[in-house]
Amino acid sequence: MHDKMYDVIIIGAGVSGCATVRELSRWQLRICVVEREADVCCGTSKANSGLVHAGFDAPAGSLMAKLNLRGNEMMEQLSKDLDFTFIRNGALVVCLEESEMPGLQALYDRGITNGVKGLQILNREEVQALEPNITENVYAALYAPTAGMVCPFELNTALAENAYTNGAEFRFDTEVINIRKQDGHFTVCTNQGALAAKCVVNAAGVYADQIHNMVSRRAIHITPRKGEYCLLDKSAGAHVKHTVYSLPGKYGKGILVTPTVHGNLLLGPTADDIENKEGTDTTSSGLAKVLENAGRNVKNIPLSQIITSFAGLRAHEAGHEFIIQEAEDAAGFIDCAGIESPGLSSSPAIGEMTAGLVTDRLNPLPNPNFNGTRKGILNPRLLSKEERNRLIRENPAYGRIICRCEMVSEGEIIDAIRRPLGARTLDGIKRRTRAGMGRCQAGFCLPRTMEILARELDADLSEITKSGGRSRIIEGGSMHEKL
Amino acid sequence: MEIKNLTCITCPLGCSLTVRQENGQILDISGNTCPRGADYARQEILSPSRTVTTTIEVKNGTERMLPVKTAHEIPKDKIMDCMKCIKKIRVQAPVHIGDIILENAAGTGTAVIASKTVQKADSDL
Amino acid sequence: MKNYDIVIIGGGPAGLAAAVSARDNGAENILILERDRELGGILNQCIHNGFGLHTFQEELTGPEYADRFIRQVTEREIEYRLNTMVIDIRPGNTVTAVSQTDGLYEIHTKSIILAMGCRERSRGSLNIPGYRPAGIFSAGTAQRLVNIDGYMPGKEVVILGSGDIGLIMARRMTLEGAVVRAVIELMPYSGGLKRNIVQCLDDYGIPLMLSHTITDIRGKERVEGVSVAQVDENRTPVPGTEKYFPCDTLLLSVGLIPENELSREMGAAINPATSGPIVNESLETSIPGVFACGNVLHVHDLVDYVSQEAATAGKQAALYASAKKYRDIPLPSVLLTPGENVRYTVPSIARPAQIGSSLTIRFRVTRVCRDYSLCVYFDGEKILSRRKKIMVPGEMETLNLSKELFDAHPDVKTITIQAEEGSKWK
Repeated sequence: MHDKMYDVIIIGAGVSGCATVRELSRWQLRICVVEREADVCCGTSKANSGLVHAGFDAPAGSLMAKLNLRGNEMMEQLSKDLDFTFIRNGALVVCLEESEMPGLQALYDRGITNGVKGLQILNREEVQALEPNITENVYAALYAPTAGMVCPFELNTALAENAYTNGAEFRFDTEVINIRKQDGHFTVCTNQGALAAKCVVNAAGVYADQIHNMVSRRAIHITPRKGEYCLLDKSAGAHVKHTVYSLPGKYGKGILVTPTVHGNLLLGPTADDIENKEGTDTTSSGLAKVLENAGRNVKNIPLSQIITSFAGLRAHEAGHEFIIQEAEDAAGFIDCAGIESPGLSSSPAIGEMTAGLVTDRLNPLPNPNFNGTRKGILNPRLLSKEERNRLIRENPAYGRIICRCEMVSEGEIIDAIRRPLGARTLDGIKRRTRAGMGRCQAGFCLPRTMEILARELDADLSEITKSGGRSRIIEGGSMHEKL
Repeated sequence: MEIKNLTCITCPLGCSLTVRQENGQILDISGNTCPRGADYARQEILSPSRTVTTTIEVKNGTERMLPVKTAHEIPKDKIMDCMKCIKKIRVQAPVHIGDIILENAAGTGTAVIASKTVQKADSDL
Repeated sequence: MKNYDIVIIGGGPAGLAAAVSARDNGAENILILERDRELGGILNQCIHNGFGLHTFQEELTGPEYADRFIRQVTEREIEYRLNTMVIDIRPGNTVTAVSQTDGLYEIHTKSIILAMGCRERSRGSLNIPGYRPAGIFSAGTAQRLVNIDGYMPGKEVVILGSGDIGLIMARRMTLEGAVVRAVIELMPYSGGLKRNIVQCLDDYGIPLMLSHTITDIRGKERVEGVSVAQVDENRTPVPGTEKYFPCDTLLLSVGLIPENELSREMGAAINPATSGPIVNESLETSIPGVFACGNVLHVHDLVDYVSQEAATAGKQAALYASAKKYRDIPLPSVLLTPGENVRYTVPSIARPAQIGSSLTIRFRVTRVCRDYSLCVYFDGEKILSRRKKIMVPGEMETLNLSKELFDAHPDVKTITIQAEEGSKWK
């Protein structure tokens, strides 16, 4: 027997799982999110373009198209409710030759069918006026003003924190090993013991096939599709204002060039199907491809300003469609699978739809204590001088700058650790505060951040990890006498 | 006869020196561009020596570690013995730059001294 | 709000020496702003010896060298503020800083000395493929963890890059019980000092692999090993030469970048060859009254030279603040340019009227130059040629041009410094 029966167990604390749990926290439900990693936003959700697509790319009539449009629409209000940055910077799909015009027109038409607002086809001069660093070879472009961008960590963390404060439980370092359906409920076996629930939501990203196939004989297959990126320093962030894509076709989907909400410049991704679901390593060929192709649509990219590169895995399903439905042969098991691009854009709508499937089954009562708003980590740099000084007087930690590149104070780092579902790893701090994400890539702040985290967790410096598990920073021991 | 190859460090040229020796006696030195190279080779062959620098734990100080060094160079083959001796030592703050931490490091007759001042924690500087 | 004659950004070796010299040259109100909890900058973690041979005629460790200058600063009762981060510098020389005790505040000053030092190049800027696990450190970060915090980052180490900090850390980690498997250098020569190669690597039998690079980093959570391959003359890995080195730690010592975000934001012109501000003979940047010295100006290999350079900046800032020199009056100036085999010169501009007895030019060569001659051209005319047995990219070179030379060539517009192959003079 289980000591606790949940109404819902959500597998995966990525953006889909957290959008779902946040929606479910509106109801009187006993919810638990189980996450294999030490933090939220550790898989597909952490390494992507951070874009909120307009919705012209998804096949007309598809669930992807529908949820992308709805997600894009919801994002603005959500960003206000949950205090994360969302910028509608607009997107340009560039075509370089007259012969590509039918393709551009088709994309425009699909966008109109999908319901995307404000689409325009711009001629060469109009594009150049909008984006001075566009290639000289530009012929025309599709302009989508509703496209935008978010910080994926911020969105994912905001959803999780809000769900948590509304009563959802989170279990980290908890990997699902097996799921059994018996006596009308599910037993979810994990490396931390068994849990039971009436409903299970499968939001396991690239592992969604393995989870699904534990309970359903109608097997699905998820292919990890690797995307490699290069991130440039903020000094290059103003190089383009819009997200610049290639017309899908001749060169595949192409390498995009986009600013980020934090003012960096991002180049990528590649698209390579691989076997290894853990294959988040960058490759020399992949990085070379990013650098080679980034210049196709945008000129004079200051490649010397690259500060880091990374790879993410999209959860690609052969049908290239979101699978958000109850498994046909496992009532109460709800898939939220095949969530690849535009998954981040669609996430608010994915959460809404997935949660709807759960509530349809469980018919819960509303959560009378639900509070749909959340405050993010206070950024002292956005305060007036007077407000900032008041803050520092009240809490001097805001006057101590720890990360010099991103100018992050100790106060923000402490907030990131102490807040609901706070950071317990260096990556957790980095993703919440940006400490260590700048041009020196934590060369300066690493020992200082470690010290703060050790103090807050009441741990020794040698116990601090980068991202949980075996990722300890100190492997060679301490020179101090043991207490 | 024994032949030893060295890189001269007296200037950026970094001449490759060859020293032929027999029964502990240097027969000749070649490869050097200037007399300083020969002097360097002689020193390196007959009595190679180094200054050892490391850190030790300091208790109740404004710092956790105290940098220390041997007051003079010690024979090269004593470096690891010297490290072993130094590593056993812990000191209490305050410590002043130049303070002797260890009188005789690994029987070399050379003292180990503090190379930094560490104040007592919470004391007024 | 207090008004200062000189505000010095950074209390490391450059800032300290500049402060001392500024005071000795008559500046009254000097303020040093230091972001760390103590003065001395990076010297505090450089516990090895070898500092000060030029300045004090003895070998000191980093903390000892810093101590000498900190004493000079305190003896002169020069004001300094610790744990203080400068956020920006605006026209009219208003410095905005923040600290726990003083909050966010502004300081007005007649003159500014930029002495922020440099940072280490990170893995990201090298685009080394592979995973991004724990266990990858820049050599200086590892040095801080070991020497200041007292923690060993790992037990089995590979070092990429043979810069001096990497070499020093190879020895330091070995002395503390780690095994350093190899030092991998992309170039066919080391960027570090010969002495460090002998005393940090050879002494401990650590191999230096020249013309090699890391082609892959394995280990998803913690570093498990690296693949090392030989590179061809285009620095491209040669297929089939890969060798796998198991290790738990990768240190990077692949170059230093002057830390000029503040300088850029305030509008100082930057020399792309040094990543430091463009300065004139007085080490004054393109913004009048703003001077630069030390590693923020260009990366040095010896701290003694930093101190010398900083003394010049301090003196010039003092003169500027006391208005003993012409301010903002355009003077005829000469352009200094690097010629063949020379990467850059500091300064880039010289106003002959402002040169004292001689002009010190610091520069680096682009390649190993054996039996070359160092030539100086005034508007294309060779006026000086000195035979040099060796010049290497890893060591900064210095050249003094006497005031008489400028007096003899009053109309000179461009001075070119170049290193010419021996065959030309043999």
